[in-house]
Amino acid sequence: MLAYIIRRTLYAIPILIGVNLLTFVLFFVVNTPDDVARMHLGAKRVTPEAIEQWKQEHGYDQPLLYNRKASGVAKVTDTIFYNKSMRLFAFDFGSSDAGRDIGEDISQRMWPSLAIALPTLLIGLLVNISFSMLLAFFRGTYLDLSGVMLAVVLMSVSSLFYIIGGQYLFSKLLHLVPVSGYESGMQAWRFVLLPVAIGVFSGIGAGSRWYRTFFLEEVNRDYVRTARAKGLPEARLLFRHVLRNAMVPILTGIVVILPTLFMGSLIMESFFGIPGLGSYTIEAIQTQDFAIVRAMVFLGSVLYILGLLLTDISYTLVDPRIRLS
Amino acid sequence: MIQHVFLWTDTLIFILLVAVLGFAWFARNKEHLRAPWREVVRSRMAVASLVVLSIYTITGLLDSVHFRKALPTQEGQQEVQYSGDVLSVLDTLLGPMRTQDEKTYSAPFAAYLYARETVTGADGEKLRIFPRLEYGGAGLTDPATQKGADIARRTVTALAEAVAVLLLLYGMLGLRLASKWRQSWMSALGAIAKGTSDVPWRTALLTLGVFVLLIALVVNLSGAYHLLGTDKVGQDVLYQTIKSIRTGLVIGTLTTLVMLPFAVFLGMMAGYFRGWVDDVIQYIYTTLNSIPGVLLIAAAVMMMQVYVANHPELFETMAERADIRLLFLVLILGITSWTGLCRLLRGETLKLRELDYVQAADAFGVAKSSILVRHLLPNLMHLVMIAVVLDFSGLVLAEAVLSYVGVGVDPTTQSWGNMINRARLEMAREPMVWWSLLASFSFMFTLVLAANLFSDVVRDAFDPRLRAQR
Amino acid sequence: MSETLLQVKELSVRIGTGDSAIRPVDAVSFEIRRGETFALLGESGCGKSMTALALLRLLPQPAGEIVGGSVRLSGEELLSLPENGMRAVRGGRIAMIFQEPMTSLNPVMTIGDQISESLEQHKGLRGAQARRRVVELLDDVGIPDAAHRYGEYPHQLSGGMKQRVMIAIALAGDPDLLIADEPTTALDVTIQAQVLELIRNLQKKHGMAVLLITHDLGVVSEMADRIAVMYAGQLVEQAPRKLFFGQAQHPYSHKLFAALPDASKREERLTVIPGTVPLLNQTFYGCRFADRCERAWDICRGQVPDWFETSPEKGEAPGVQGVRCHLADPTLSAPTDRTVVDDTAAQPARTAPAPQNVLLEVDGLKVHFPIHKGLFKRVVGQVRAVDGVSMSIAGGQTLALVGESGCGKTTVGKGILQLLKTTAGSVRFKSVELTRLTSKALRSRRSDFQIIFQDPYSSMNPRMSVVDIIEEGMIAQRIGSNAQQRRHRAQDLLRQVGLRPEHIHHYPHEFSGGQRQRICIARALAVNPQLIICDEPTSALDVSVQAQILNLLQDLQRELGLSFLFITHDLSVVSYIADRVAVMYLGRIVEEGDVNEVLEDPKHPYTQALLSAVPRIDGESERKVIRLEGDLPSPSNPPQGCHFHPRCRQARPECRKSYPKVTRLSETRLVRCHLMDSQVK
Repeated sequence: MLAYIIRRTLYAIPILIGVNLLTFVLFFVVNTPDDVARMHLGAKRVTPEAIEQWKQEHGYDQPLLYNRKASGVAKVTDTIFYNKSMRLFAFDFGSSDAGRDIGEDISQRMWPSLAIALPTLLIGLLVNISFSMLLAFFRGTYLDLSGVMLAVVLMSVSSLFYIIGGQYLFSKLLHLVPVSGYESGMQAWRFVLLPVAIGVFSGIGAGSRWYRTFFLEEVNRDYVRTARAKGLPEARLLFRHVLRNAMVPILTGIVVILPTLFMGSLIMESFFGIPGLGSYTIEAIQTQDFAIVRAMVFLGSVLYILGLLLTDISYTLVDPRIRLS
Repeated sequence: MIQHVFLWTDTLIFILLVAVLGFAWFARNKEHLRAPWREVVRSRMAVASLVVLSIYTITGLLDSVHFRKALPTQEGQQEVQYSGDVLSVLDTLLGPMRTQDEKTYSAPFAAYLYARETVTGADGEKLRIFPRLEYGGAGLTDPATQKGADIARRTVTALAEAVAVLLLLYGMLGLRLASKWRQSWMSALGAIAKGTSDVPWRTALLTLGVFVLLIALVVNLSGAYHLLGTDKVGQDVLYQTIKSIRTGLVIGTLTTLVMLPFAVFLGMMAGYFRGWVDDVIQYIYTTLNSIPGVLLIAAAVMMMQVYVANHPELFETMAERADIRLLFLVLILGITSWTGLCRLLRGETLKLRELDYVQAADAFGVAKSSILVRHLLPNLMHLVMIAVVLDFSGLVLAEAVLSYVGVGVDPTTQSWGNMINRARLEMAREPMVWWSLLASFSFMFTLVLAANLFSDVVRDAFDPRLRAQR
Repeated sequence: MSETLLQVKELSVRIGTGDSAIRPVDAVSFEIRRGETFALLGESGCGKSMTALALLRLLPQPAGEIVGGSVRLSGEELLSLPENGMRAVRGGRIAMIFQEPMTSLNPVMTIGDQISESLEQHKGLRGAQARRRVVELLDDVGIPDAAHRYGEYPHQLSGGMKQRVMIAIALAGDPDLLIADEPTTALDVTIQAQVLELIRNLQKKHGMAVLLITHDLGVVSEMADRIAVMYAGQLVEQAPRKLFFGQAQHPYSHKLFAALPDASKREERLTVIPGTVPLLNQTFYGCRFADRCERAWDICRGQVPDWFETSPEKGEAPGVQGVRCHLADPTLSAPTDRTVVDDTAAQPARTAPAPQNVLLEVDGLKVHFPIHKGLFKRVVGQVRAVDGVSMSIAGGQTLALVGESGCGKTTVGKGILQLLKTTAGSVRFKSVELTRLTSKALRSRRSDFQIIFQDPYSSMNPRMSVVDIIEEGMIAQRIGSNAQQRRHRAQDLLRQVGLRPEHIHHYPHEFSGGQRQRICIARALAVNPQLIICDEPTSALDVSVQAQILNLLQDLQRELGLSFLFITHDLSVVSYIADRVAVMYLGRIVEEGDVNEVLEDPKHPYTQALLSAVPRIDGESERKVIRLEGDLPSPSNPPQGCHFHPRCRQARPECRKSYPKVTRLSETRLVRCHLMDSQVK
């Protein structure tokens, strides 16, 4: 087990290097720092001096990969690649193009993100499983058919509609909760309630339809027939036998996204003005702050790989057939 | 005098169209490919969705034939100059909707502007009033009393036209089926009406009927009113939503076209050759997969923006610039979304390669390439088909979100995402402007719902495992 | 006469609706008495499993439906019971075990929990009480170390053990009737013997009745008190065992006996039942078997036969034996001087092949699969699937390679064909060393040796038409100079294997299992091979179809001078088709010799056990089964010394120490056993 975890962690290194290289190529090779500077400065103020100054202010004034002017180790370390990309491995995210410390921003902003994302995930899981179990219980009947139809309709609606509609209905018309904003501490629930409710609701369609197929797949297996031949009631059959087996793909599908919950939801946070990492990212994209985007790409990859590792471990917990080796 | 303009996405769309038709021709005599499709068209749900999808597709195709009009030649000018506006066949069909711009917001069917304006009256007095629209209800002298009757009259005309067209279609379908089934015309008509035919033609006709009616309404009413109102700059909202269809379709279909070769080729290679080939391919897709999709798209689109901003000389018209951005978005969406299918195909290939018939081919000394093409590919096609159909609706929805984030299509491109993005703040206005939002949502919903229903039926028909369950 | 436990009358089942609806069970009536074993015998698709499921009202939902009849258990009608009441019957009064022990247990629940679930449902036992009872039950079904096994998961048990757990679950409710649906079909013959014995013993102990559903005449003859034969949804004959095996009346029953291969039929062709089972979505106007029956006459096609009860022996009560056939109608007289086209007589006897040159020589073949483990996936061990196998096949000869599943026999076949990378040893085909050929050189030689697979469903690409399938090898091996020639050859081949040449444009799914196997044979023949490796080519087929395929293979061998390496677990097939036999155990050949020598006078204890475990249909002679303890060990960790010693009753100290050397008993006979060692010394 331990050997397995170590091997997987080692395996993550080439992937992170790959991610890093890819972002490096995207951000510094396709467009040189000069191009970036020119774009930030706007067409009017472009003079070679202004570009140089901008680059110097933001630490882009070094060569990309290899510094001829420097000596010794500095030939490699006094480069953009080393300073901007390699440092990410030490979780040193540097400062944003606007001059803020990205690492500190992240550590502050991940908690509001989590406050939205985690309840959405958990409540959503519960709701989806219950709904799809209900459909599986009544499989083949009109209730099942109309339930599936409802799910298809729900998943055909854009998530933006749920957000805009939800805000309009609950905040503007009914004044139940604030439209947007966030407060930490005990008052947070007022701001969290609506985003979570909308997040759960918008996921019901796709989620329950997907889970239903897991349940139906299990319902038709031989061991269910065995259980039925034991004389077990249908409900007990579903809960004790079918649910346990269907939970294997469901849970492992959840675990992989668990770490990335820190990253937050871009849309939800932006609409509701939640100061999380999602809105942080979106602001960075909209203000074209490349340093933040780079940091978030790296952070996202690390969390995803962590998710993969957790998935493998969780398999061994829920499925006795799988042993890590 | 016109000059044809071939936008990149136009070309790709028509390549895709040719490929689809070619595949249909190829599949015509292949029982294992025909049988599931036959099952698909027997489902009423699928046929209704198919009609909806075809109408969207035809609209999109009409919007994909682009040209530039010649400017009137001036004295002494030798060469013909062409307008900078790139138009499509659809634009000419929609005619007045495109050109009849108002000043700013107006509600659906309104004759007055939605905002007060200060005008100088005849007596020199300054008044705050809702001025009359330039085009909406312009033919009426007193909209308050005449509008209802006018709309009713036009609606009745539209209804009559629609019924006539529908009856004509019904009759023609009857003739066609009568000759196919070797029956009399009347009995064929009867079979359609009773819904006893194998293919649910009645459902098809009724669905088509709804759209014929809608089109007739648009034809009759849109010259005189803005059916879905106008937006902030006074442009017809209906026109915008119809124009957005092409964008949605391009993203939904071309993305798949881009990703399919990668996914199929790499997935099969990894599964069949295993060993280091598998390791490399797995490494590639795990790496790509590990970057959050939106961020990768954002990063790529931002870089492209910088590139385009720094190289304005490459693009002759605004439309071409916007089109390149659309194409690029399609490419990057393709790159982020091929990994799922690739992994699925790899897994399936791993299973298939152990099957006896692949071993038998090995035992005959059949070349590896030919094993891949003859034995593996045809047995993976159903997965590819299901993936393509399932991905479509997700991509259409994704466009809206990406455009909202600011990494979607070009702001000048008509798209539902852009419309929603613009309309979002209008919800906060008092009184609220709701029609843009509603129009784009309902057009998008119709397309996505049809695609989802269709994909359900397709998946049932193609997935052998599901078939066994029924 | 003991009292009636289960009375089934006119039971009918429908699956599906509309035109495609089939009736797999059509007016089936029978009775089961307390404590007896009643066997329902029939080929696949005849409706015997559906009958069993219908008794418990467990038909596949929502497609299946009971459309008529009555099922009475001790006089109580089951079909009208509410679902609630039915639940008390299921597992409580009627328990059922299924064919596939691998999939019939819940993979994520411990076996103890799965058994105690039934105890809780029917006996109200919970907690420690239930646990104690579970351990008792596990003991009862012969699971060693029962207390420890309670917390194990199904995947930790072998197939035979899982079937024992299934039986334990069934016993938990103390049922009056146990329905066993092909309980041993998925198991090896030695394990089958264990499980059958267990069922017999438990039946005696608990006084249960058993409804045994099987296709295997041997199992029936060992187990059943009374037998009912099912064909195309109906019972066609019912009789006590003695009468059935002595004086079966229905032509179909006769055919089933005649189609069984065994040594006594070596010199002749097997009787086959022509044609296939009719589709069950039609209305029948005559006897369902008429089209395949040699003794059918006009009335058989025009009138549905009634059920006739006969009492062939004086003093027996009528109704002991019954048959659904016009031949048994006392009011009719069948045309007597019908010339029966007898397949058997018309064919030349099989002649022993003249010894020819050695075609294939395998020497010390090893196929190992590495096991990776640890931080850097180092190779920590080897699965020794094939561990030093030597054999040779002469031209025109058939060598049967016999062994239980997991012994490595299929791997040997694939290793010879170079479809797997061999670890060591040599494979010489006509004196050419195959293991050292370049892939190009190997490719050009592939036409000489071909393979036929076990599963006729997965061995053909479902997306290719028959002609494409047959021509694929010809194209790859450049046989036939143009498309025209290849097409002709494909048609000839189809004719040769007994299919119609018009079928070349059809797809595999349009054929039955036997027909598919014929196509596979045609495909192999297309490249003019000299050696064909037949990997269990008939084990997925029904007895009557198996006979057709075996006949075809014999004919082809005679006509074309082919050599076969016939891989099988079925000893009756071996005795019929093989010239020489090699018995494999855990990656090695333990005994080899001419077929008569080995089958009549087995020397190796394993061969002896294997042979004794095969159920015989001559039920009179009480055979003595040499019971093998336990399961086949894992090839990744074979026992020290002789691999067989942990299960061998005659094991001696030296068996634990070293693997026995080859003892050559005669010109043709080899054994690897320490017992032989000492005899020779």
